[in-house]
Amino acid sequence: MAVKEELQQLPPHAVAIGMEVVDVVGNQCIAKVPYAEHLVGDPDTGIIHGGVITATLDNASGWAVRCHEDYRPDTGMATLDLRIDYMKPAEPHQDLFLLTECIRMASSIAFVKGIAWQGSEDNIIATSVASFMLGATPPLPEGAGS
Amino acid sequence: MKIMQQLRDEGRADDMQAILASIPYARFLGIQVDRKGTELTTILPYTPDLIGNTLLPALHGGAIGAFLEVTSVIQLLFNTSCERLPKTVDISIDYLRSGKPVDTYGRAIVTRQGRRVANVRAEIWQEEKSKPIAAAHGHYLLTPV
Repeated sequence: MAVKEELQQLPPHAVAIGMEVVDVVGNQCIAKVPYAEHLVGDPDTGIIHGGVITATLDNASGWAVRCHEDYRPDTGMATLDLRIDYMKPAEPHQDLFLLTECIRMASSIAFVKGIAWQGSEDNIIATSVASFMLGATPPLPEGAGS
Repeated sequence: MKIMQQLRDEGRADDMQAILASIPYARFLGIQVDRKGTELTTILPYTPDLIGNTLLPALHGGAIGAFLEVTSVIQLLFNTSCERLPKTVDISIDYLRSGKPVDTYGRAIVTRQGRRVANVRAEIWQEEKSKPIAAAHGHYLLTPV
């Protein structure tokens, strides 16, 4: 199964947020989070909650690891840490896009950088750095979704 | 009307549950707050929508991160009078244990409060408080009244 199709089997929380995989190019993964009322963090402005960006960057960072050419299928993965810098508030009623890239895949750790943007890729809302432990959980059965 | 001002006018500026209820994303996650005197504990009741790994099963790292952020912001709002909800500048999350499909609890400490920026640390746990599943520290931008 192609990586992109495999990633489209989203974990329940990603489904609840409404995120989707847009594209997979090399070690990079592009995802989209359509604007939705239940994601709003500030009722005064209608801006989405920082937690939405945290949740979706975490998820998309995991996808970037699975996109990496050296990733062995069905290797278990656990987030070790995630840091997010919020550059500026998101615009209300606009979709959010995520670009994550696995910049190094070591034997037991993977490192991922990511950005979240709206409109165009230079309009950065947040940046992220994450590290994942590989082989942390038992190997997933064939065709597992998350 | 601005939500914080509205709650202040109604004399409910310290009603943390009302603040949570006004934030759609906090409602979506189902976050509640328990207050005993000046001590706050946030609660993330388990729902299947919070799952990130269906096989273990384990809570989604993003849901954990969001809960840590909400826990930090609620403590900050409890400690200070703000004109607006604080804005997160950055948050750094350590994942310590896999989150089981049960209720999760959180506490936060404002480690330093400046005039415009506050540093907040938060920790969340499930069955045992001494075994946190994740911790975070972050900076938040304030708009004092």
